[in-house]
Amino acid sequence: MRIGIPTERAEGETRVAATPATTAQLIKLGYDVVIEQGAGARSSFPDAEYAAAGATVVSTDEAWAADVVLKLAAPTDAELAKLKDGATIVAMLSPALNPALVDRLAALPITALAIDAVPRISRAQSMDVLSSTANIAGYRAVVEAAHEFGRFFTGQVTAAGKVPPAKVLVAGAGVAGLAAIGAASSLGAVVRATDPRPEVADQVKSIGGTYLPVDVEVEQSADGYAKATSEAYDKRAAEIYSEQAAEVDIIITTANIPGRTAPVLLTAADVARMKPGSVIVDLAAANGGNVEGTVPGEKIVTSNGVTIIGYTDLARRLPAQASQLYGQNLVNLMKLLTPGKDGVLVLDHEDIVQRAITVARGGEKLWPPPPVSVSAAPTTAPERAKADDRPAPAKARRRWLAPLVTALGAVVLLTAIAVAPDPLPRHLTVFALAVATGFLVIGAVHHALHTPLMSVTNAISGVIVVGALVQIATATELALPHLLVAILALTAVLLVSINIFGGFAVTRRMLGMFRKADTK
Amino acid sequence: MSVNEILAGVSTGAFIVAALLFILSLGGLSRHETSRAGVWYGIAGMALAILATFLSLSVAAAPWPYVALAVAAIVVGAAIGLWRAARVRMTGMPQFIALMHSFVGLAAVLIGWNGYLAPGEIAHELEGIHRGEIFIGVFIGAVTFTGSIVAFLKLSERMKSAPLVLPGRNWLNLIAVLAFVACTVWFIIDPHWWLLVVVTVIALLLGWHLVASIGGGDMPVVISMLNSYSGWAAAASGFLLGNDLLIIAGALVGASGAYLSYVMCRAMNRSFISVILGGYGIAAPSKRDAEEEGEIREASAAEVAAALAEARSVIIAPGYGMAVAQAQYPVAELTRILRDRGVDVRFGIHPVAGRLPGHMNVLLAEAKVPYDIVLELDEINDDFASTSVVLVIGANDTVNPAAAEEPGSPIAGMPVLHVWEAEEVVVFKRSMASGYAGVPNPLFHRPNTRMLFGDAKERVEDIVRALAEVRV
Repeated sequence: MRIGIPTERAEGETRVAATPATTAQLIKLGYDVVIEQGAGARSSFPDAEYAAAGATVVSTDEAWAADVVLKLAAPTDAELAKLKDGATIVAMLSPALNPALVDRLAALPITALAIDAVPRISRAQSMDVLSSTANIAGYRAVVEAAHEFGRFFTGQVTAAGKVPPAKVLVAGAGVAGLAAIGAASSLGAVVRATDPRPEVADQVKSIGGTYLPVDVEVEQSADGYAKATSEAYDKRAAEIYSEQAAEVDIIITTANIPGRTAPVLLTAADVARMKPGSVIVDLAAANGGNVEGTVPGEKIVTSNGVTIIGYTDLARRLPAQASQLYGQNLVNLMKLLTPGKDGVLVLDHEDIVQRAITVARGGEKLWPPPPVSVSAAPTTAPERAKADDRPAPAKARRRWLAPLVTALGAVVLLTAIAVAPDPLPRHLTVFALAVATGFLVIGAVHHALHTPLMSVTNAISGVIVVGALVQIATATELALPHLLVAILALTAVLLVSINIFGGFAVTRRMLGMFRKADTK
Repeated sequence: MSVNEILAGVSTGAFIVAALLFILSLGGLSRHETSRAGVWYGIAGMALAILATFLSLSVAAAPWPYVALAVAAIVVGAAIGLWRAARVRMTGMPQFIALMHSFVGLAAVLIGWNGYLAPGEIAHELEGIHRGEIFIGVFIGAVTFTGSIVAFLKLSERMKSAPLVLPGRNWLNLIAVLAFVACTVWFIIDPHWWLLVVVTVIALLLGWHLVASIGGGDMPVVISMLNSYSGWAAAASGFLLGNDLLIIAGALVGASGAYLSYVMCRAMNRSFISVILGGYGIAAPSKRDAEEEGEIREASAAEVAAALAEARSVIIAPGYGMAVAQAQYPVAELTRILRDRGVDVRFGIHPVAGRLPGHMNVLLAEAKVPYDIVLELDEINDDFASTSVVLVIGANDTVNPAAAEEPGSPIAGMPVLHVWEAEEVVVFKRSMASGYAGVPNPLFHRPNTRMLFGDAKERVEDIVRALAEVRV
């Protein structure tokens, strides 16, 4: 089959749906690739490079006449008219926001796939264009901020005096936020980040940022349980933003909720508290903005000299990189759709990923897809919860088992101690206490020390040698059957001595090897 | 008070002190900083126990040839033990420990028989109890003995590690246990010597069968289970001889092994019962998914070196394959080089990686990898998403995404290292064979996974060489 890559004609669009590198991969999947003349020009990919990768450079109409058309922006009506019957078009269709477009696509004898509707499951991460775009936007936000900011990001001590590092606050540690934290900290800035999900703290830390938790005052309610109200949380969060606004040089906000107006994080008063020359980059500008005063698509300077950047085309400002990532997302999708690697596109609606992205097929409207049961948010926390859910039946079975076994054990122990003649109850008491002590002591053992623990317990269980030695004492004559008793006991002594000495020695040998990093 | 009475009192006191020292020993082993002191407590406790016993032997006026032979036996055993302990390779620790467990088991059997042959002076109403104690001691000891021997044979590859499947094996186990109970009751009523032989044989067969029907991948559980049994065997001997020290030490070891088994089972999301009854490897219907038959991408050592040179952070997830290939030294060398270059290198250890609880930690420590960069599953799992490169060296089931994502998978729900969340994963593997669980691993077909085939040691050495040519 033939894949066509048309030029993106939307206002201000600089990207393209395939780069020479991804073209080569598409060809490897068995497809013929045709590319419209000049399609990659604004992403700095000349036609010659596409040709060198194996594509054929063609006219607009020829590119649209391919069996599969790969695109970025949703097609216009005029472009749709150029599609041939039975063609497949892949683009960012935003089907949830564009019901009219969905209806138009469903009226045509074509298949329409919305790459931006890929479900957020681990398997589909490689096709997640929203993540790719967010990553670029986060990085570019830092570059735009650095461009406007009249100082260094990194702190320096120079002959001309000391330069403090810039302080950057990133609101929201999603894909874009993490990219921004990483970019800003690698430029040398001091980076802080906020996010309502405390579990991202480690991710923030891992790329060089400091996580600012919303430390809500816990109020004591009448029933005695600690309870944090959402108002208290919001109030404290707003306070943090106000405090930080007065202190930091650069704020990058990334709080976007798909399909809804973005929440306001920084009020006009907060902006007014910022130092002159400070820069705010609002990545949610297209959805209304996280900052009061953001103008979508514009850069403005407030009366107190704070620059607010509301660009909505950050990804387009890195066209070559954005095209490469988007193109790679498409290649990964095509891999999924080309199971035979023979250049034949096969759509399998049993597969939840493929079903989720199919908006229309052969005149049939397939949007919205049935809900995906395995939904995993970009963070790992829900995924872990999911893993925990599964063994639930086994746990349910064990729930009554544990108390039953405990009760049974208690009854047996009680009966044994009550009924048994004298020395036995004393031994059972010692035994029960020792078992309990053992569990308590071992519960604290560090995972890494399990092997040494095992060899030491092995040596300790060699204390059975005491039993064997005691039995030798019962052999009072040098003749049968006393001799037999002695032989058996001596054999036991020999074997267990190997345990005792071997066990302790090998444990010492192992422990001698464990060392800490700073004791080099 | 006679001299003998004083001496007897001293040895009783010494036993209590020894028991406390054992508890201190186990407590000390809970942390790296106190672990060395912990071993010394254990050694002191053991020395005290043995000396006190010899003291009581002199009190009992045992014939001197026997006492001399006992000293000789300890000296010979010590020589053998120290010699083996100094020689054993860290990769061979699992089988070493398994063999050691078998000695304790066999000793418990011998002591049980002696309890029959030389019962000593026993009050009439205690005779039945004494007989029951003999049988319990012999039974646990014999199961430990053959179970450990089979574990040793499997781990040292002298025996196929695949699980043995006999028809109705769960019934066989149940019949063995019921036969043991019946024999015990009979023996308590009417002590025939041949009943003791029958029970010993039944227990030996049961121990053999229990472990033979467990696959190699479940060995961490089996070893800790046998560790537990060897403790219970010692405790049973303690009951038989009325010796509190044996009861305390045995119970400590038994509890310790049981707790470790529990930790291991939790790490595999499996019930303890199902592990000790075997059946993991057999009931693994490999669900053939389109995804699992996907393309695999091969990488060269030079490409991996280039990726590592540019990485911000690297996590190494080792498994049994690293131990088999003896790759821990080149891995440690690679770690050192990368850390010197400023790359954040850490290790992610799954609790059941290797064939022994904590096996990987010991191997890495042997190769001088600092222990504070060796982290366990829970500590590191959230960090994979922000990691540049993950090196999976000889691990398979413990990094299988199917456990987290495919509800129908035989290992579904088992906690695994989420290596696939990293930007790039490099899997070192000898071939495309599946892991011990026999479950296909979709990780190998992920778009961000590359495979590096061949012997792990040689491949890591190749990377170290290639890295020397990559400029900082």
